[in-house]
Amino acid sequence: MFAEYSSSELLSIFAMQGVAGLILFSVFVLMALGLAIIFGQMGVINMAHGEFMILGAYVTYLTSHVFSTYLPDFFSIYFILAMILAFIAAAALGALVEWAMIRHLYHRPLDTLLATWGLSLILQQTYRTVFGPREVGVTLPDWLMGSYQLTESIELPINGLFVMCLALGISLAVALLMYRSRWGTQVRAVVQNRPMAGAVGINTGKVDRVTFALGCGIAGVAGSAFTMIGSTGPTSGQLYIVDTFLVVVFGGASSLLGTIASAFSISQAQSTMEFFMSGSMSKVLTLLFVVLILMLRPQGLFTLKVRR
Amino acid sequence: MSYQGFRSLLPKKDLYSFLVLALILVVVLPLSLDIFRLNLVGKYLTYAFVAVGLVLCWGYGGILSLGQGVFFGLGGYAMAMFLKLEASDPESTKIQSTPGIPDFMDWNQITELPFFWEPFYSFGFTLLAIILLPTILGYIIGVAMFKRRVGGVYFAIITQALAAILTILIIGQQGYTGGVNGMTDLRTLHGWDIRTDNAKYVFYFVCVFLLFVCLFIAQFIRKSKLGRLLVAMRDKEDRVRFSGYDVSNFKIFVFCVGAIFAAIGGAMFTLQVGFMSPTLVGIVPSIEMVIFCAVGGRLSIIGAVYGALLVNFAKTSFSESFPELWLFAMGGLFIAVVMAFPNGLAGLYNTYAAPKVDAFFAKLFGKTPVSHSSPPTPLPSKPTNTKTESVTLPQGVVHEQ
Repeated sequence: MFAEYSSSELLSIFAMQGVAGLILFSVFVLMALGLAIIFGQMGVINMAHGEFMILGAYVTYLTSHVFSTYLPDFFSIYFILAMILAFIAAAALGALVEWAMIRHLYHRPLDTLLATWGLSLILQQTYRTVFGPREVGVTLPDWLMGSYQLTESIELPINGLFVMCLALGISLAVALLMYRSRWGTQVRAVVQNRPMAGAVGINTGKVDRVTFALGCGIAGVAGSAFTMIGSTGPTSGQLYIVDTFLVVVFGGASSLLGTIASAFSISQAQSTMEFFMSGSMSKVLTLLFVVLILMLRPQGLFTLKVRR
Repeated sequence: MSYQGFRSLLPKKDLYSFLVLALILVVVLPLSLDIFRLNLVGKYLTYAFVAVGLVLCWGYGGILSLGQGVFFGLGGYAMAMFLKLEASDPESTKIQSTPGIPDFMDWNQITELPFFWEPFYSFGFTLLAIILLPTILGYIIGVAMFKRRVGGVYFAIITQALAAILTILIIGQQGYTGGVNGMTDLRTLHGWDIRTDNAKYVFYFVCVFLLFVCLFIAQFIRKSKLGRLLVAMRDKEDRVRFSGYDVSNFKIFVFCVGAIFAAIGGAMFTLQVGFMSPTLVGIVPSIEMVIFCAVGGRLSIIGAVYGALLVNFAKTSFSESFPELWLFAMGGLFIAVVMAFPNGLAGLYNTYAAPKVDAFFAKLFGKTPVSHSSPPTPLPSKPTNTKTESVTLPQGVVHEQ
């Protein structure tokens, strides 16, 4: 299958597909980070994660609309504000959902799965009623458009680079938060032993709510970043939920590093194969590989060594 | 089977609920509905097969599969492949560039029948495939997962991924599977037109019959030692393992049974509705099947049938009159069934209606036959078997290892 390409062409192909894979990787990382916090740390299956992401995307869409209508002078910086707003909106909704629903279901993980699926249906229909069934897209400010010519056959899209930087930044922030802050210590303590954590004076209910809200907020930012690469419709979130869950499970549910590693391998495999076969087949093969590896190694790539 | 054995398999209370269901499905509905509506009921009943399987897997075994659509699809596609081959004989497909192969293959420039289609010329093989394919797949998944003590949430996610994989595969391989349109234009079964009203009546009754076969099997499993072990495993898996049982084998078995039920449902779906498409296989229908089971009551096999009927009926009537409200209703149903009444309709019935019904019957039968001999006690003692069914929620269903 490589015979018809010259070696330099082959190099460019791999480089280009590698870059495409890196962009996919960044999106996966952004989506999976929120999920890794919620699922990996709290053990809650949030099937509505995609819808939180889409909430962020719609907030970005609204912000861009407001800026282009009322504040065209500041249009070039709207994206920063949009991301902050997306984070706040998704986190607020997340806190509300945790208070109303999730906290009653912590001891029944399979039931959270069904309840949050119901939530996702309701959110989808809400988006459809409010924003209409058609997909919406945002206008990017000038500095995010175009691409950067690396060599004559390899070019890097700027919005892709921006998403990559964003993914990197957020991953670092989450890692710092989880492993270098007091709050992160509390979260990990609650995960490892809830009654003991409560006994030493940690308000476990509050930790849960903040953790859930943070995970949802990161999903909102992911959705905001997502608008740069694709358009947003009411059901866009559902398209990614399975991939995202597989990324988290494949990486080893409670390991952030594992999540990033698995997002990297899955996205690279998929985008490299995409060049040689149809998109659907490459996706099928990737998912199948992941499922097979999970059958052989159910605990995922990276695991915390805890005695259960 | 001896009378004693029969009574222990079907205690009086279960016998009555079987009889009531049979009365509704065999007498009331066929007499009161026209054939179009009855055909719809038949279609809903095909989901009841899946829901009954899920009661065994999820309610009793604690294994939540979000991939039952895969097995439903395997059964449905196997049947559809047979019917499609019969519908595309060289005579009726002679305008194609390659006569004698299904029309969608011709549209996709495929010039000969793929090898895995060949055996589906035989009806016997098709029937065998409907049973065996899901069993084999279920066995492979079961061995891979349960032997490694993967359960609960992980199992749910992986089966969901399988549903996603199968859908993408079917849509992507349009030439071999009919793609997103599915297999349509199915006409005859051994030369017998399946689109006539007559055939629809026959299929409805076949469907009801097969459903009762599945219900009896499920009841047998429920009442046998296996059923008790399943409940024990669901509640405290480690204790069962320490008692010397190989837990995984029971799980694999019950998962395979659920898979076969789903596949039979799928095959009956194809026969009654006349097509099969990937929209019936994927993530969304698979999770909807779980809600049929949850609404009926995850611990009640009869409840699952009512759950499938009611939710589907609501879906049809909602989507006819207020299509935009349906997703709200469905979402609300998911949340309500989890948060407010986790034992579904059966749970509600057992808590609120059953005591009244029992009291009514006790009054009805208790007074007349024994009225003279017994002293004038106004209310005969309540039947003690009202609460034999465990209606508690599975506590700690999941223990990820």
